[in-house]
Amino acid sequence: MINLEIPKKAKALVNQAHQAAAEVFRPNSRKYDRAEHAYPTELDMLASLLDGLNSSGEGGAGASGVRKDDNNEDKGNRNGGNLSTVLGAIEMCWGDVALLLSMPRQGLGNAAIASVANDEQLERFKGKWAAMAITEPSFGSDSAAVSATAELDGDEYIINGEKIFVTAGERADCVVVWATLDKSKGRAAIKSFVVEKGTPGFEVVRLEHKLGIRASDTAVLRFENCRVPKENLLGSPEVDTKTGFAGVMQTFDNTRPMVAAMAVGVARAALEETRRVLEDAGVDIDYDKPANAQSAAAATFLQLEADYEAAYLLTLESAWMADNRKPNSLQASMAKAKAGRSGVDITLRCVELAGAYGYTEESLLEKWSRDAKILDIFEGTQQIQQLIIARRLLGKSSAELK
Amino acid sequence: MTVARENPQQGRDAMGLGLAALNRLAGSKLIDRAGLRKPVEGLVSSATRAGFQAAGTANRTFKATTRLGKPARLEKAPDSGLFDLEPTDEQQMIVETVDEFAAEQLRPTAAQADDKLAPPDGLLDRAAELGVTQIGIPDELGGVGSERSVVTNALVAESLAHGDMGLAVAVLAPSAVSNALVQWGDADQQATYVPAFAGEHVPAAALALQERTPLFDPFAPKTRAKRTPNGYRLDGVKSLVPRGADAELFIVSADLEGRGPALFIVEGATAGVSVEAEPAMGLRSAATTKLVLSDVTLPAGALLGGGSREVFADVVRLSRIGWAALACGTGKAVLDYVIPYVNEREAFGEPISHRQGVAFQVSDIAIELESMRLTMLRAASRAEQGRPYAREVALARKLATDKGMQIGSAGVQLLGGHGYTKEHPVERWYRDLRAIGAVDGIVLL
Repeated sequence: MINLEIPKKAKALVNQAHQAAAEVFRPNSRKYDRAEHAYPTELDMLASLLDGLNSSGEGGAGASGVRKDDNNEDKGNRNGGNLSTVLGAIEMCWGDVALLLSMPRQGLGNAAIASVANDEQLERFKGKWAAMAITEPSFGSDSAAVSATAELDGDEYIINGEKIFVTAGERADCVVVWATLDKSKGRAAIKSFVVEKGTPGFEVVRLEHKLGIRASDTAVLRFENCRVPKENLLGSPEVDTKTGFAGVMQTFDNTRPMVAAMAVGVARAALEETRRVLEDAGVDIDYDKPANAQSAAAATFLQLEADYEAAYLLTLESAWMADNRKPNSLQASMAKAKAGRSGVDITLRCVELAGAYGYTEESLLEKWSRDAKILDIFEGTQQIQQLIIARRLLGKSSAELK
Repeated sequence: MTVARENPQQGRDAMGLGLAALNRLAGSKLIDRAGLRKPVEGLVSSATRAGFQAAGTANRTFKATTRLGKPARLEKAPDSGLFDLEPTDEQQMIVETVDEFAAEQLRPTAAQADDKLAPPDGLLDRAAELGVTQIGIPDELGGVGSERSVVTNALVAESLAHGDMGLAVAVLAPSAVSNALVQWGDADQQATYVPAFAGEHVPAAALALQERTPLFDPFAPKTRAKRTPNGYRLDGVKSLVPRGADAELFIVSADLEGRGPALFIVEGATAGVSVEAEPAMGLRSAATTKLVLSDVTLPAGALLGGGSREVFADVVRLSRIGWAALACGTGKAVLDYVIPYVNEREAFGEPISHRQGVAFQVSDIAIELESMRLTMLRAASRAEQGRPYAREVALARKLATDKGMQIGSAGVQLLGGHGYTKEHPVERWYRDLRAIGAVDGIVLL
């Protein structure tokens, strides 16, 4: 039965996440935007709270990933961990995106481990904070162009290469590194490896200075003859040209709704603040009166809120599909594309609506519009999402539609 | 220049005057040469026919049959408590039936109906047989409904509009009136009017809120209602009333003595009611008309919903969900049409879909269509569950207006010059989609 309201059982979690966002993230938002690269120590106590939420199986704020439990019989409509997770992330990012990205043990690497690790690995890496290292200096969107190498030597893989744009790359306990077993075999040979902090040959080169999400550290990592146990390869070590790359790409079906949720959270923060500012200025939003019969500011607000609503519902749709084991690549990309671009548009226009106040550091509006931009870039840019969607709808391969 | 703005005639110089005269002359010659005389005459005759018929419509007398002790209402829909995008089995079945009807009966006849400014003969009876109107009528009043079914109605509207928006409007217009009577009619009003809608020959009927004023706000109609010793007197003009010429029953909004909008039941045969053809950019097969009300005297029992503002707000909102659903259906028609086209059409030695400039427009259509759809469904499901839904309606309407038109425009653009001709339906969808956001009323879920 069609119903687009969140379930009652999720409301407690949403409320907890909201409290944390309001009482811990918001008061520290400006502080760590200014103090780039400083570790937000306030997050440690919050992290243990989230651990509790994740282990409850009800999802937390980020990294529970998707486990397809095949033993489970079909019991009809499910509202499970994926839905809870995006709902939690929306609330947390209403507080602060960068601080959520800095939450211990909530990294994208955790999502990857949760999604593709076997049971033994899952147990071994339990409680570790895992970052994700894909991008290299010579490529971004083209993840099949991985040039970092992993060579099997006895019971170990030897990893060599350089990775950039690694979120939480300095703070995390370990990093999920994408490397190729054999460059000549193309994308099927690309595998992901868990490299623990302190492994000889693994070095953090430097941290980036960024437009936004400054509280989140973005690292450049170097691997030089870095040896990891062969059990640290996630998924199957076979180079299968049919399904090989799909394994690592599968992670994205789960992380894209998460990033969409982040954009939804920031957009909501900006809309709420802008509405408050507008109401103080005597502009009320009327939902019944035609937009064009209201002030230009009110009409703009309605337009932005409509895009917000769409991004929110697309995000819930993609998570709900994952909960119900429906293939959701298309919907995950649609959510990411819509939320990514709407997040940028909404936050920037909120600054415009709020005027000088919105532009100054006295308001968080300017910060949100800087933070939002990354959400239309990482985990697949707007353009990459458009390609994925178009290929799927048009039935085209990546060789045909480039 | 201020003078010219006040009176364009004075801004014309000699050349301008000459061009204007030439234009009038050439215009009339062109009509003869291109053989356009007939459609124009048709338009004129349909206007006179319309005017005549509405003034004398009396082929049906609405008479109360069995009056219930209290009005029959549909229960609000249950709340399953879980987020769910899966329609029920019953809804799935209805959608499949309507999809088939739209594909077989609406799509193939749409171009001609658009051209002739009327639905094809017999189409509306066949639609009535489907039970489109009956599902909103409780069984006590002869229908088959048991609970509010805004979502089902939205899915039906969407399916019909996938066939053709103008014909969908023609099919759905009577149910706007019957739905309003079921929701807000008193026992007498229901007994008098509703049974006819549950029968085999559903009367042509229309919900007339729209007026021609720019920036029209349905909450501030210019049409006036005055109290009289025996009832009310209405004066005003309504715009874009579907099948007004054939309509036997209207629900009309009017400002009740300066106290805000109220709804009135107006029978087509009432003295002072006349209609004029009012063809528009799109929705042409819905045979849109002006509805002129001059000194229309109504009995006291004509007031619907007691003049309550909350009732009126519900009417406007449920109507807007209907338009959002229609936009989704036509938007889907655009997407389904352009995909094979851009895959088959070749330029520079390969399908044009191999170019990002083309492919990304297809992605955007899909993204915004899904956006519109989820937003519309949320508004519909909140409405039928009896939750507050004004916000969700406003957002669904805004998206349907902006993104619906964006989709309509992309549809023509992707077909290039071919899209601009009547060889393809995309130009009609472009015209129809512009109605979203420009009109209120007409449909009501």
